[in-house]
Amino acid sequence: MSVIIIGAGPAGCEAAYRLARSGESVELIEKEAEIGGNLNNWYQLFPDRKQAADLKAKLRKNIEHPQIHLHLKSKPVAFSRQGDGTIQLTLDDGALITGKALLVASGFRTFDAHRKEEYGYGIYENVITSVELENAFINHQINTSTGHAPKRIGLIHCVGSRDEKICRLYCSKLCCVTAVKQAIELREMLPEAEILCFYMDMRMFGPGYEEMYREAQEKYNIKFVRGRLSEASEDREKRLIIKVEDTLVGKPLKMTLDLMVLMVGMEPAEGNDQLISMLNLQTAPNGFIQVSDPHSGTNCTHQKGIFVTGCSSSPMNLTDTLTDARSAAVTISEYLNS
Amino acid sequence: MYYDPFVLPFSIGLNVLLIYLVIKYIRWIRTFSPKDRRTIRRNIFSLKTLKAGKEVFLESLVHHKIFRTNPFLGYMHMCFGLGWFLLIVVGKIESLVYHTSIFNPPYFAIFFRYFHPAQETFPYCNTFAFLMDLILLMILSGLTLALLKRLYSRALGLKKTTKHRPFDLLILTVLWLIFPFRFLAESFTSGVRGGGSFLTHSAGNFFDSFLPIESLAYPAWWAYSIALGLFFLLLPFSRYMHIPTEMVYIFLKNWGIKQGKRFTAISQFQLYACSRCGICIDRCQLGSSLGQLDTQPVYFLKKIRHGKDHSVQDLNCLMCGRCEAACPVDLKLNALRLTQRPDYTRITRSTFEYIPTPSPARNKVAYFAGCMGHLTPSVIQAMERIFQKAGVDYTFIDREKGICCGRPMMLAGNHRAASVLVEKNKASIQQSGADILVTSCPICYKTFREEYHLDIQVMHHTEYLDLLIRNKQLIPHPSDQKTVFHNPCELGRGCDVYAAPAHVLQAVSQRIATAYDDKNSLCCGGSLANLYIRPEQRTQISSDALHAYLAYHPDVLVTACPLCKKTFTKTENAVPVKDIAEMVAENC
Amino acid sequence: MNFWGFSISEARVIDYDKNDKTLAQIMATEVPSSKLCIGCGGCTATCSAGNLTEFNIRKLQMLAKRGENKELQTQLHKCMLCGKCLLVCPRGVDTRRMIWSMLRFINS
Repeated sequence: MSVIIIGAGPAGCEAAYRLARSGESVELIEKEAEIGGNLNNWYQLFPDRKQAADLKAKLRKNIEHPQIHLHLKSKPVAFSRQGDGTIQLTLDDGALITGKALLVASGFRTFDAHRKEEYGYGIYENVITSVELENAFINHQINTSTGHAPKRIGLIHCVGSRDEKICRLYCSKLCCVTAVKQAIELREMLPEAEILCFYMDMRMFGPGYEEMYREAQEKYNIKFVRGRLSEASEDREKRLIIKVEDTLVGKPLKMTLDLMVLMVGMEPAEGNDQLISMLNLQTAPNGFIQVSDPHSGTNCTHQKGIFVTGCSSSPMNLTDTLTDARSAAVTISEYLNS
Repeated sequence: MYYDPFVLPFSIGLNVLLIYLVIKYIRWIRTFSPKDRRTIRRNIFSLKTLKAGKEVFLESLVHHKIFRTNPFLGYMHMCFGLGWFLLIVVGKIESLVYHTSIFNPPYFAIFFRYFHPAQETFPYCNTFAFLMDLILLMILSGLTLALLKRLYSRALGLKKTTKHRPFDLLILTVLWLIFPFRFLAESFTSGVRGGGSFLTHSAGNFFDSFLPIESLAYPAWWAYSIALGLFFLLLPFSRYMHIPTEMVYIFLKNWGIKQGKRFTAISQFQLYACSRCGICIDRCQLGSSLGQLDTQPVYFLKKIRHGKDHSVQDLNCLMCGRCEAACPVDLKLNALRLTQRPDYTRITRSTFEYIPTPSPARNKVAYFAGCMGHLTPSVIQAMERIFQKAGVDYTFIDREKGICCGRPMMLAGNHRAASVLVEKNKASIQQSGADILVTSCPICYKTFREEYHLDIQVMHHTEYLDLLIRNKQLIPHPSDQKTVFHNPCELGRGCDVYAAPAHVLQAVSQRIATAYDDKNSLCCGGSLANLYIRPEQRTQISSDALHAYLAYHPDVLVTACPLCKKTFTKTENAVPVKDIAEMVAENC
Repeated sequence: MNFWGFSISEARVIDYDKNDKTLAQIMATEVPSSKLCIGCGGCTATCSAGNLTEFNIRKLQMLAKRGENKELQTQLHKCMLCGKCLLVCPRGVDTRRMIWSMLRFINS
């Protein structure tokens, strides 16, 4: 009998490795052809600028553990329990997997920026998302649609987070720090460019984050404007004209940008609602999976034997996700031994 | 001379009522503005009067609009309206045929069976007796339905029925007693003396078998007369004022009296013409989505009429016009609501001086995106592509520094401030020298049409797209996409634009017919007219409306208003919401 | 202010103890969502009036909440009530209703 883990992103892989090391057999299910989840879209990590690829290589090496059985390109389609509480999961390829415990590590997806139509994503050529910027970093190429190096770049915080207009009231937690990190990376690639972050609140809560913010201001000359973007339009040269209020000055501000980066927030993973109803879990007010207690049951759900980790239960940065995965491994070990 | 003291209650009631109505109506009519009075004088001897007569017949008697909403309810109202009318008319003819003089007193026809000795025949007397019984049966069947409606309102297709005051229930009882009393009086008399037809005659014989009908007949006539008299006396203070008032209102309306921005005599007529049928209750999304059941027109008008506080109701209305489109009396419910929003702004000449003097480029076609349009750039982009594709040169009036059309201000009651905005915008439209003004915003469109008095053609982009397609300036390719169309309130019910979007959507997609097409389209919840509900309540309305449309499983939900589009994309993104201009731009 | 050559300078601090906070209380009860504002400035950025003249709705409502109603008297009428701010506010403040309530207060 083993532990089933849904999702082989950082949380799933880390939990699988810790459980395997403590002697459990793990069935690790991943819908993509590759492990890593959203980590695959990142170039460098904050705050230490480590290569995301390095972390992924480490995770991949870890799950080569003989006790871990990885099922790629697989999705659970049916769930049942036997009389003794054993969990049975049917995969879309017909395989039947049984386990004593189930860990949901389905993670998150990034916000679909098309929904903020007034920001012009998918309408104006030079509006990209933070994920696309990471990919541009991986390819070491930053150009506008007209093939020029951008002279002025704006990074827009809180796109798809803290926004009643799209019924996303929560903070995605990692966009502020990602913006600062990406601004620094942009500066390194484009020493001449003017780089501005437009924020509502700077939420630099993690270790080293605030220091990185200071460094971005002082060393990298990133400008920070406190104001939320209301709308953007496009001029004949395909540049963007943005409208914000420079709230610390108290005046509306109009500015032309060559490139606008939308810091997209986190949403529950694709298929989250179906997974919740299949496993008979509860949905939290923010749409993620409800944990049984915000202090003592952060990895427990309302179903016995079903656990949750990482961004399945709420937005988390990578540091917290990995910590949470180890916490989940401990919680499951305790459950199996009790 | 035919006379008996029991006719007194009826006669007194009828005369008092007639005097009261004449005085009341004359007092209202005297407050009409000189302009309105001129309008009445101009049209009183025209075909419009005949048209009004026809409408009175169809609305007040046949109730054909209620029929359309609900056949059961329609039949019920027709039984009362048309039935009672026929009873009076046929009864009068019958009495005239019998009694050669034209000057018989009004009560004679009403109590004909009492005064007419049954053995005395006159031409067609059997036919008349048959007709009168048939009509009485019709009314009684309507009465049965009305009783059932009280008991089981859902079975008759009304989810919610109007809540009435105790006084209303009293007069309702009186009204409902009239016809059973008549039935009993005629049956008893027929049982004693003969006469009557299939209904009253048979009933008379039946009652005779177990009741002392000889001694019951006379009291029954008294009861009938008292019920009638009491009903007439109570009528002015009850909702049944709608019976006479609706008729006068229909004439005034047909003669061209319009509900303006203020509460005037025509508003008074409308207030009293509301029959409190309650059809507006089920149509209102504030009720269906939020459970707010005190703000619908029936309650709003009632509160005004009875002098109750209606400050919340003044503000709590989406003005989507769903109630107005279904109102059997054709009351101008949105305009009436607006009369209760006072203009409290104190603007001076300098208030809006900041608005720059416009100087748009001159062109034959002028495009106005509207304030909200700037928050849906895909619509603007689609329109720009369409203009280009159709080879139309145009000037974009509000590309930068656009100002509001003034309608949101009017919806808040601030007509003075709105008029300044209207003047400012009008100047820039005229500066453009355009022949056609195309706008993407139905809110702007309605204002341009109704308040700007422009001497150029004003079109919403749905109409303009339709024109381009019909002129073959645009050749759309029909796609396989299944679409459901949400007709924005201000465009459909507000400006009567139904055909153009239907043509356009047909040309570019496979449109699915829904229960919410045309006049029945829902409000998206974004309404600028409602100044009361909270943001989360708006979200609820919008989410409910969206799901109602998505129940038809479209590939795309299509609308034609930036505000609707923004509102519908708030809660979900399972199905894309697009503007009709985007659909055309993608498919041509 | 100028009195016969002597000028009295305006108070440089918000005198919260002395200020009349009636309007602030009315806003809080009539438009509870107004309390959600975090001053992001989205409303001012999109504002049709604010882009043409000195009219900052974020600032005006903040001032009103502190009992500083003076600027309101001269500024608030510039609002066209178009409702664009309502469509961008990330906190879900019923901005249009808030302005309407403030307008009604200063005019009554």
